[in-house]
Amino acid sequence: MMDTRKPVISVRNITCGYDETVVVKDVSFDIMPGEIFVILGGSGCGKSTLLKNMIGLYEPMEGQVLFGDNDLVTAQGDERNQIIRQFGVMYQMGALFGSMSLLQNVMLPLEEFSDLPHEAKTMIAKSKLAMVNLENALYKLPAAISGGMKKRAAIARAMALDPQILFLDEPGAGLDPISSAELDELILNLSRTLGITFVIVSHELESIYKTADRVIMLDKDVKQIVAEGDPKELRDTSENIFVKRFFHRMPSLGKTGQEVKCPVAE
Amino acid sequence: MSHRTLPDNHPGAAATTRSDVDGIHISLKGRLDALGTAFLWDDAVTLVRSGQHASVTADCADIEYMDGAGLALLLKLREEAALAGGKLTITNLREEYQQLINLTWDCELPQWTPKAKERRGFAEAVGKATEEVLLGLREMIAFVGEATVMILQTIRHPSQVRWKDVLLSCINVGVDSLFIIVLIGFLMGLIMSFQSAVSLQRFGGEIYVPNMLGLVMFREMGPLVTAILLAARSGSAFAAEIGTMKINEELDALTTMGLSPMRFLVIPKLLSALAMVPLMTIFFNMASLVGGAIVMLSLGFPLVTFTSRVFAYLHFGDFWGGMFKAVVFSILVAGVGCLRGMQTKDGASAVGLSTTSAVVSGIILIAFADGLFAVAFYYLGW
Repeated sequence: MMDTRKPVISVRNITCGYDETVVVKDVSFDIMPGEIFVILGGSGCGKSTLLKNMIGLYEPMEGQVLFGDNDLVTAQGDERNQIIRQFGVMYQMGALFGSMSLLQNVMLPLEEFSDLPHEAKTMIAKSKLAMVNLENALYKLPAAISGGMKKRAAIARAMALDPQILFLDEPGAGLDPISSAELDELILNLSRTLGITFVIVSHELESIYKTADRVIMLDKDVKQIVAEGDPKELRDTSENIFVKRFFHRMPSLGKTGQEVKCPVAE
Repeated sequence: MSHRTLPDNHPGAAATTRSDVDGIHISLKGRLDALGTAFLWDDAVTLVRSGQHASVTADCADIEYMDGAGLALLLKLREEAALAGGKLTITNLREEYQQLINLTWDCELPQWTPKAKERRGFAEAVGKATEEVLLGLREMIAFVGEATVMILQTIRHPSQVRWKDVLLSCINVGVDSLFIIVLIGFLMGLIMSFQSAVSLQRFGGEIYVPNMLGLVMFREMGPLVTAILLAARSGSAFAAEIGTMKINEELDALTTMGLSPMRFLVIPKLLSALAMVPLMTIFFNMASLVGGAIVMLSLGFPLVTFTSRVFAYLHFGDFWGGMFKAVVFSILVAGVGCLRGMQTKDGASAVGLSTTSAVVSGIILIAFADGLFAVAFYYLGW
């Protein structure tokens, strides 16, 4: 059945990269409300670059990033701030402020953007940390907790203002299997209970199978989307050589130095 | 023969060659580990290189052991054979070493070729350098402009300032550097007074030392040395702190939370420097007077003579001129420290470079501004 809902994010013909180097070229896709959407691909294919363009950290060379009807690329001042408030971001290494406790980290956006009484802000921050199972580490500094805890705290901070969308940049990177599985459970829980839309950059297959509703796959040679859909379906049915190699963990034909180029998705 | 020697406990390694119509036959023997390979490398390669034959056969029957070093030797022999237009054939190699070779044998190992240097004409080089300087200047001016606007906004909306951060920064910039400021001030006062007293003694002019010391410290040295200490101590710390935050994506996190890194990080540091540097300058000046007083007392002048001569010749204009300089220097040093931090690039050395650049730029700006002040004060008659 065709999805008639309006997308929360529409990326339109985006081309992005660094200086003169194009990393992702003329890419378009929609993200529907409440879905867990994963951008995947091999190292260096431009996943994180695309994400940073989607959240407005970098300006794309061309194209639009529409949140509803508002284009983040051209928005300025209050309009831009309003778009930014709609989403939270978890960075690869957490990016928690080292001089603040976890509670202070989560309270920061509340202190800056809400007029709630101090007690209420504290309680909201505590509840967000409890949602990510960090109620026992409220007053710890980021340096005193593990990598998995940092990532969960970063998710709590990203959720502080109850955004509709959460962007996660490689949430499972550098985590042990247990922490990684816990993070997957957390993402699924938050998606089910709060209806948050997740946009995740990842290349961890186990996590992708477990969490993703839909994926797009980028390739660094063609710089475009080479596959789109349900990850398990892509794994089982895709005829695209690159998609097959990725999902079945097949090494490239590197010994002869010849790379198999993959066709653009139809 | 190889100039290298093998240790006594090494079983040995050797390479022998013979030539016939089929090409060069090189026979490798012994233990081809790092030591053994190093021992016979030059000989083996030279023998093949000077053999004047394209085809090379390496007989590996007598190799007792071979690791990556032995593999590298075979690859080198293959490269030499290929350069001569032929190929290397390996014979009698044990199965386990064949597997080792298979890991890399099919790969083409490219030679490193340095990129041809871009040659620019003199005019183009000057143009490029000028462009870079102007771009840097533009960034600095934009930063100063943005910071000034934000500081003015804080006067209208003081609640927007993170006063707790300002206070913490004040402690870091001011309180924690009080000891070093007082110590340097005291020593400079002591040294300058002593040096000038020794010179002036020949003319019986030691009595003028307090006049000189008061004027020099309050008008010039106080703000200048305090600002240099600020650049070395706090400017570099600002650059390192903000630079590390940038590398850890904390600045990105602030931006995507809708918080301005300028307001969040830079303004508290600028405000703290603005508040603390004039106070530090006063402490510096006073400490230098104490140093001067000790010298004068040791020369037999009473303390009242020293104080009366200092304050008789020092006017409020001199004091406020020094304070104004201190305020301007503090903005320059703290501002350029924060700017260099925000400009930090990726990589382990980036924070170090930003820190160094913050100190160097800070001192250059201080010297430049001090020169402008000297000219301006001269024409204004201050």
